[in-house]
Amino acid sequence: MEKIIDIGQYIEVAVDWLTENFSGLFEFIKNFGNGFIEGFEWLLLGIPFYVIILLLTALAYFKVSRSSALFTALGLVLIYLMGFWDETMETLALILVSTLIALVQGVPLGIWAAKNNKVDKIVRPILDLMQTMPAFVYLIPAVLFFSIGKLPGAFATVIFAMPPAVRLTTLGIRQVPADIVEAARAFGATNRQILQKVELPLATKTILAGVNQTIMMALSMVVIAGMIAAGGLGEKVLEGINNLDIGLGFESGFAVVILAIILDRITQALGQKGNNDKLNNLKSKLNKR
Amino acid sequence: MSESDIKIEVNDLTLIFGQKKTQALKMLDEGKSKAEILEKTKCTVGVSKVNFQIKTGEVFVIMGLSGSGKSTLIRCLNRLNEPTSGDIIVNGQNITKESNEKLLDTRRTEMSMVFQKFALLPHRSIIENAAFGLEIRGEEKEARLAKAQEALETVGLKGFEHQKPSQLSGGMQQRVGLARALANNPEVLLMDEAFSALDPLIKSDMQDQLLDLQGEMKKTIVFITHDLDEAIKLGDRIAIMKDGVIEQIGTAEDILKNPATEYVEAFVEKVDRKSIITAGTMMFKQPTTVLLGKEGPESIIRKMRKNALQVVPVIDAQRVFKGFLWLPQVLRAEKENASDLMPYVTEDCPSVYADYTVEEMLPLTPGTKSPIAVVDKDNGKLLGVVAQTSLIIEATKYDREEIQQLKEQAIEQ
Repeated sequence: MEKIIDIGQYIEVAVDWLTENFSGLFEFIKNFGNGFIEGFEWLLLGIPFYVIILLLTALAYFKVSRSSALFTALGLVLIYLMGFWDETMETLALILVSTLIALVQGVPLGIWAAKNNKVDKIVRPILDLMQTMPAFVYLIPAVLFFSIGKLPGAFATVIFAMPPAVRLTTLGIRQVPADIVEAARAFGATNRQILQKVELPLATKTILAGVNQTIMMALSMVVIAGMIAAGGLGEKVLEGINNLDIGLGFESGFAVVILAIILDRITQALGQKGNNDKLNNLKSKLNKR
Repeated sequence: MSESDIKIEVNDLTLIFGQKKTQALKMLDEGKSKAEILEKTKCTVGVSKVNFQIKTGEVFVIMGLSGSGKSTLIRCLNRLNEPTSGDIIVNGQNITKESNEKLLDTRRTEMSMVFQKFALLPHRSIIENAAFGLEIRGEEKEARLAKAQEALETVGLKGFEHQKPSQLSGGMQQRVGLARALANNPEVLLMDEAFSALDPLIKSDMQDQLLDLQGEMKKTIVFITHDLDEAIKLGDRIAIMKDGVIEQIGTAEDILKNPATEYVEAFVEKVDRKSIITAGTMMFKQPTTVLLGKEGPESIIRKMRKNALQVVPVIDAQRVFKGFLWLPQVLRAEKENASDLMPYVTEDCPSVYADYTVEEMLPLTPGTKSPIAVVDKDNGKLLGVVAQTSLIIEATKYDREEIQQLKEQAIEQ
């Protein structure tokens, strides 16, 4: 079928223009970002695998549940035995960096949108677009701006993973009861005090749900970013597809699933109250001694 | 009322919600109705040209049904709602013209507010909630916790400091709300339907506690309510509001006895007047009296015939009430040619103070036809007389059954 309107060419022009005129900026971001990602990788790969397994298991034990801790320990050991430890840590590093950047941008934007209806009206459709656009599409400008590698992978991941952070922050702040905010105002609180002492604490649970969502979306995107040489488990999955290697495909697939479940359980638990019982018990026991 | 007695003065206060405020304000000045303004400008008049003055240490109740603008009005006093025009003068300072910084300062030090739904921070402990206002104004942790502790003890919440609001009952939560307001030690307390969300019994308890506290603290309290009984119980003066306009301001008795408009009348009709109307307002203030030792039986008989009286109160030279003298007794005294009338005076008769209510006086009537003397609390001087008939009329208006019972009792005796 013949094209009647060609939107693609305008986007092409825009992206070309950006690449030509902001190459210096992109270069800077690339160097800076790569340093950041490599730093995380260096950290995660530098720590012996058994220490990381122990730390994550302990976190799951105290914050989530005994069974979750068991799953964490067994899952991570399985990943190590399958020989995917380094790839898993690379993927984890990319997830952490992307999530961090997405949150640093997304949470303040969410707060702004909660406070200002105009901002909310503008941001909302953009978030819809960011979330529903097929994830692969982001890889194209990412490659054009930054060529292939880890940083464009992180770039595409940030775009894809940011919406829930923005949305749930806005939601969390908007659902703080109006009378509590009014009470704070009646006692002479400034806008900043209201945000710090009332709105953010009361929205924490919802914002943490957003963090959980962001991490999960980052994970799915990081795997896709294997297509542009972002490394990690994504590249193994891709290798499995390209070589029609069912064994490799499923093995790396399992590693992704294990990582996803561990991250999900732990971040979900952080957002809920009453999970500190065990930790508090331990603290009080230690104090008694 | 001298100048220095006035704590809060509100002049021509108007608040309009909507976009075309200027046009709406102009229409209001032209005397257009709320409905006309709404139709023309899509603006709602929340508060319309309200004027009142509140004295230092007074409990001023603003009462009205929902939508009457009372909550909007109280929020103008600390500018949670920005008035469209008019002045609010607190301690001689015009609140409406204050800069934002000065306004924050006013909210932090001069006025504290108590809310209908308590509005406590669920993630903080009780003592941290009570210290919230102090925290906002930047007091050191130790100082603010000490003050909050004191405020919690004042409202009777000692021992609950480290609980969370959700662990407390509604009444206790509102005590925390009150403690939070008191911890700031403000001169003015704004209470927005503070007890409306509570069970009737708890509500009554809280009202009593507030009155007790007020007896010691002497704050200036602006209290919003939709409950007339509450208004009467708490208010030194009551303002009745409807559609953003104050219909009448006065003491509970003023309003009940002389409702200014039909609306107020309809409102107060439901109230149990027996518990409000006092001996002081219904008594006959200048009764014909007999001065002991000065008047002889003959002149008294003439006086009673002239005024068609069966009975007169007897007083001494200091106007202290001695008892009632009935016509048959005077006639007997005349026959016996007595010089001292005292043996003929009925001393065993009901007497009350001016603040006794109809409800309290009713039990005194069975078994006697005597009027009730109203005497001064301090020196026993006669202030006036309440006739049984007026007492019965006052009571029968609203509760026939009870009067029937009283009559039956009287006959039995």
